[in-house]
Amino acid sequence: MVTVRNMTKDFQILDHTADIGIIAYGRSIEELFSNAGLALFSLVTDLDTVEEKADVSLEAKSYDIDGLLVEWLNELIYFLEVNHMLFKRFDIESLIHNEANELKATCHGEKFDPLRHKIRREIKAATYHMLRLRRNREGYQAQVIFDI
Amino acid sequence: MTQWQGELIRIDDYRWEIPVNYKAGMRVPGLIYASKEMLDSIREEQTPEQVANVAFLPGIVGYSLAMPDIHWGYGFPIGGVAAMNVRDGVVSPGGVGYDINCGVRLLRTNLTEAEVRPKVRELINELFHNIPSGVGAEGKIRLNEKEMIRLMTEGARWAVERGFGYQEDLEVTEEGGCLTGADASKVSEKAIKRGMPQAGTLGSGNHFLEIQVVKEIFDSQAASMMGINEIDQILVLIHTGSRGFGHQVCTDHLRVMEQAVTKYGIKLPDRQLACAPIESKEGKDYLAAMACAANYAWANRQCIAHWIRESFAKVFGKTPEQLGMRQIYDVAHNIAKIEEHTIDGRKVTVCVHRKGATRAFPAGHKDVPQRYQKIGQPVLVPGDMGRCSFIAVGTEKAMQESFGSTCHGAGRVLSRGAAKRGVKGADVVRELESRGIIVKAESVSALAEEASQAYKDVADVIEVVHKAGISRKVAMAIPIGVIKG
Repeated sequence: MVTVRNMTKDFQILDHTADIGIIAYGRSIEELFSNAGLALFSLVTDLDTVEEKADVSLEAKSYDIDGLLVEWLNELIYFLEVNHMLFKRFDIESLIHNEANELKATCHGEKFDPLRHKIRREIKAATYHMLRLRRNREGYQAQVIFDI
Repeated sequence: MTQWQGELIRIDDYRWEIPVNYKAGMRVPGLIYASKEMLDSIREEQTPEQVANVAFLPGIVGYSLAMPDIHWGYGFPIGGVAAMNVRDGVVSPGGVGYDINCGVRLLRTNLTEAEVRPKVRELINELFHNIPSGVGAEGKIRLNEKEMIRLMTEGARWAVERGFGYQEDLEVTEEGGCLTGADASKVSEKAIKRGMPQAGTLGSGNHFLEIQVVKEIFDSQAASMMGINEIDQILVLIHTGSRGFGHQVCTDHLRVMEQAVTKYGIKLPDRQLACAPIESKEGKDYLAAMACAANYAWANRQCIAHWIRESFAKVFGKTPEQLGMRQIYDVAHNIAKIEEHTIDGRKVTVCVHRKGATRAFPAGHKDVPQRYQKIGQPVLVPGDMGRCSFIAVGTEKAMQESFGSTCHGAGRVLSRGAAKRGVKGADVVRELESRGIIVKAESVSALAEEASQAYKDVADVIEVVHKAGISRKVAMAIPIGVIKG
């Protein structure tokens, strides 16, 4: 049902019957969230064509850390769809994960330009389906499936 | 991946039961409509496990059902049907899906294949130009927030009142194109922002528009009631839903439901099955927001149908009336509905979740349009773009055993990546053209993800529901022109 298609050290892409997913890695939880964002936008476009021209501050909130990851990715999807922003770098400025689970980040990228950017696919939502966030010896690992 | 190893008890050639004792926590058995030949791929995909998981949901009655086009979904399988008693049952956004009221609309014409063949390319270009499609497509309709709220409250009627189509279109649309109970105050600002620019767009993914030719008529009486009179007659099919709006509504309410699960102490085998009691604030809020998204989708298909009529009128130099472009029907195949069903001889009000399943009400049912009272509600079952689509009608049998539901399409068998590995988009275009099908797509590479071999053959799917008696096939049509988002 899920097979690995390609691999880089920060994340890999999962292939699912109806949809598509990612496995992101990070030595810290912040790095994990940042790499998950990177994986998402690599599904959307070729990140080499995206320049860092604009910064956007984003916040997300949930009642647990897995949920926060889904919220964060859905926030990015919303910004992509409504403001046409393509991001290639994420500064996770604060990430609380205890009773409250909150994140503040600055995302770097630029507005979609049809002349320079090719959109690979429309990602419509990050789901809770087969959601897994684990801590291991190297740090953190998370799996998220997207609806497309 | 190993095959699903659980027991599937054969009831007859087309019905397979997952016993209620398969897993502790199941409240009802599972029932899968499939042929013996389909079982291998169904087991391969582990989908019976999802059918069993749905049987955990509080208030579920009868069976956790799956149609022959079943495939792996989020929480609920796609092709899943589950009815929950409104008194003590739950509603689950996962049982509807992200693309709320994804559905199908079918138009008839007086045109024949001989008249349309020479003009297919011109028609496809005109349609492609007239109907925004593809990733992030933004519509020609400019909405402010006030109009957006009216659109989501009034559904297809909103569109008809603004000149997109006819009053009679509403009579042959499920729910008249407007689900009651829509409450815009239950929809987030974010959903509204995503929805406003996308009204009247086809979108991407598996959404499409097809010019079709009738190739077989199985039930000429029912077909003629629908205005399908002859072989080689031209039909036009629209497959799309509620775009980013529905996705945001689903995302927003899943978040609420996640908390509701803890609040109401509901035990779930899969987080994506998050739900809340139908009678709770969380449940009612979701249903009110879901109705808004359903209405958005009906307005969307209404606008697109209008532009199809305009495009045909331009290419053929005749009015849509002269071309006989009447709507046959419009069905929702991702939706939850409050309906009355008879269970063990008693009338019960239930919330029927249809996720990748179509309503299939029989002749004589009060919710079937006047025009179809004698034959039953039309059921529209599109195949993939290289194969055929079917038109069927609902039956009394569906009412008795599947909460008036049947299949919705072909059902994927290959992941998008796997489909793409086998073929290139350009090859798909060439191959289809060699078989007389003109395809135009916003993204040619995305086309490969939707190639025929990625899907089950819809003819096998329709055969199962026809032989099981939960719908009756009326006609079959093949595509000659396709627009993919």
